[in-house]
Amino acid sequence: MTSTIVLEQVSKSFGKKTVLNNININVDAGQIFGLIGPSGSGKTTLVKIIVGMDHPSAGQVQVLHTQVPNLGLLQSIGYMAQADALYNDLTGKENLAFFASLYKLNKESQKKRIAYAADLVELTPHLTKKVQNYSGGMKRRLSLAIALIHDPPILILDEPTVGIDPELRKSIWEEINRLKNNGKTILITTHVMDEAEKCDQLAMVRDGEIISNGSPKDLKNHYNINSLEEVFLKAGGKKHENNRIS
Amino acid sequence: MRTIALVKRVCIQMVRDKRTLALMMVAPLVILTLLHFLLSSDTTTPKLGVNGVEESLINELKEKEIEIIQYDQLKNPDQLIKDENLDAILQLEGDQIDLTITNDDPSKAKVLQTKVLQAISTVNASEQATNLANLVEDIGRQLPNTPIYLPQAKVPEFNTSYIYGSSDTTFFDQLSPILVGFFVFFFVFLISGIGLLRERTTGTLDRLMATPIQRRDIVFGYLIGYGFFAIIQTIIVVFYATKILDIMLVGSLWNVILINLSLALVALLLGILLSAFANSEFQMMQFIPIAIIPQVFFAGILPFEGMPEWMQLVAKCMPMYYGGNALVDVMYKGLGLSDIKNELFVLLGFALVFIVLNILALKKYRKI
Ligand SMILES: Nc1ncnc2c1ncn2[C@@H]1O[C@H](COP(=O)(O)OP(=O)(O)O)[C@@H](O)[C@H]1O
Ligand SMILES: [Mg+2]
Repeated sequence: MTSTIVLEQVSKSFGKKTVLNNININVDAGQIFGLIGPSGSGKTTLVKIIVGMDHPSAGQVQVLHTQVPNLGLLQSIGYMAQADALYNDLTGKENLAFFASLYKLNKESQKKRIAYAADLVELTPHLTKKVQNYSGGMKRRLSLAIALIHDPPILILDEPTVGIDPELRKSIWEEINRLKNNGKTILITTHVMDEAEKCDQLAMVRDGEIISNGSPKDLKNHYNINSLEEVFLKAGGKKHENNRIS
Repeated sequence: MRTIALVKRVCIQMVRDKRTLALMMVAPLVILTLLHFLLSSDTTTPKLGVNGVEESLINELKEKEIEIIQYDQLKNPDQLIKDENLDAILQLEGDQIDLTITNDDPSKAKVLQTKVLQAISTVNASEQATNLANLVEDIGRQLPNTPIYLPQAKVPEFNTSYIYGSSDTTFFDQLSPILVGFFVFFFVFLISGIGLLRERTTGTLDRLMATPIQRRDIVFGYLIGYGFFAIIQTIIVVFYATKILDIMLVGSLWNVILINLSLALVALLLGILLSAFANSEFQMMQFIPIAIIPQVFFAGILPFEGMPEWMQLVAKCMPMYYGGNALVDVMYKGLGLSDIKNELFVLLGFALVFIVLNILALKKYRKI
């Protein structure tokens, strides 16, 4: 299988503080890859480095065999930030249209994509409302719709289901699976263990290091435990050993 | 294409934000109007208490628009000034002239003092002329058959002509070109700076960096989007100042607009540049006393020639220095485009430098 996202010995420090330490990741095409770890472990920092919004202090990142950062590459990446970055004084539709116009899309497909993305996250009836009147969950959904607006082959979603009710969360995961079946590569971060089960591959992050990685099944088998939560605790306990299992 | 998308968005946001729009369009007019009435209002006639002053001098003083109150005897002039709310007291005793001035407003005091001195010397001159005429007559009577010709002594006629302005010119006339430019500069700075700042603090600027937008697209998008409103504001302010407040405009209106547009351009770029170094609206406000207020001092309100050399260097680093000078040249002195073209070029130079710095400052968000 071809690797879509490759990180080689990536480290990042802010001033003296090391936030990421020697991260190596390989994300295969058509996979759902989960980055799981408690908050503050460095997931967002890692994801921003992959998108090219931040620079690693050391190491290399390649996406689609192209060195990051690269402007052209951003046409192929759909990014959903952890914190909703929306224009509150614009309507949902205006937000979608603005972001759509930043990508190479003709007028016709812009319209189609806006309708598709809004429908997917069930925001169609609220599109003419200003975002400042949206609930937290609606904002998350709009952010997801914006990430999908240009139909990118790679999706990078930073805690996409935070603040979304269980029903919609389920439908979002269904959509993520559907996108995966369409051949898209999806990198998702989460601190919720039960979401980790839904990923094809996992990397457990703690204090800026990957303490364990592999498929959920492999991880559980390796530690002989039934829940990923315990895997996380166990792997974290001996993080100085080599925990690569698959 | 992306620039256009950004321009469109900035415009929608601006039009929806009625308050900011009002601040940009109306606030300069309100301040200009206030200053207009404050600075160009006629000064009140000064009140002068007199003691032992002859009728001729009193008439002369009255002619100079001074209100005269006569006192027969004066014990304590200092107290009297305060009690009667006078501006000054003039006492004559023999050859001794005593003028006591309140001096609560030094510039008014100077004017009053000058007027009193002028009145006294006028009266003296005409007295001397009369004395001389009498003397000549006396001599003529004592020496009959000796023709004596003496040209009639006259108080010389005094004419003042002005190269710029007229005798009616008020402080406001000279100041207003600078004020017009300054308000355009100030409000454009504030609004564009806060506009991009909001984009930074809400995280949308960061989010934009995950799209294929280029840094220069952002700078030009903001430049054109806010520039559009800056143009409207400039035109409103200039027309209001010259047509409604009737501020003195000797030169061409188009040159005034041209200078103000250049100033607005520089202010816009400076605003978005400085917003890169602010984390909140409040921090943006902190730039006002540092980056904006000093400009007004160097814009021509204080005489440039009188400044120490290093201050002159500081002045030459300030866009308002060029803008203010050019505006005074056109509005007050009536000079033409060829006289202000250097100032315009310097302003455009500032704009170019700020564009480049802005594109570089965005590197903080994305290296490419
Ligand atoms: N710009 C920054 N400057 C300094 N420290 C930062 C910066 N961004 C993130 N950090 C620190 O890096 C660590 C990891 O943060 P983050 O990547 O947001 O974690 P996560 O997304 O896993 O919650 C945190 O301790 C955070 O304080
Ligand atoms: Mg995070």
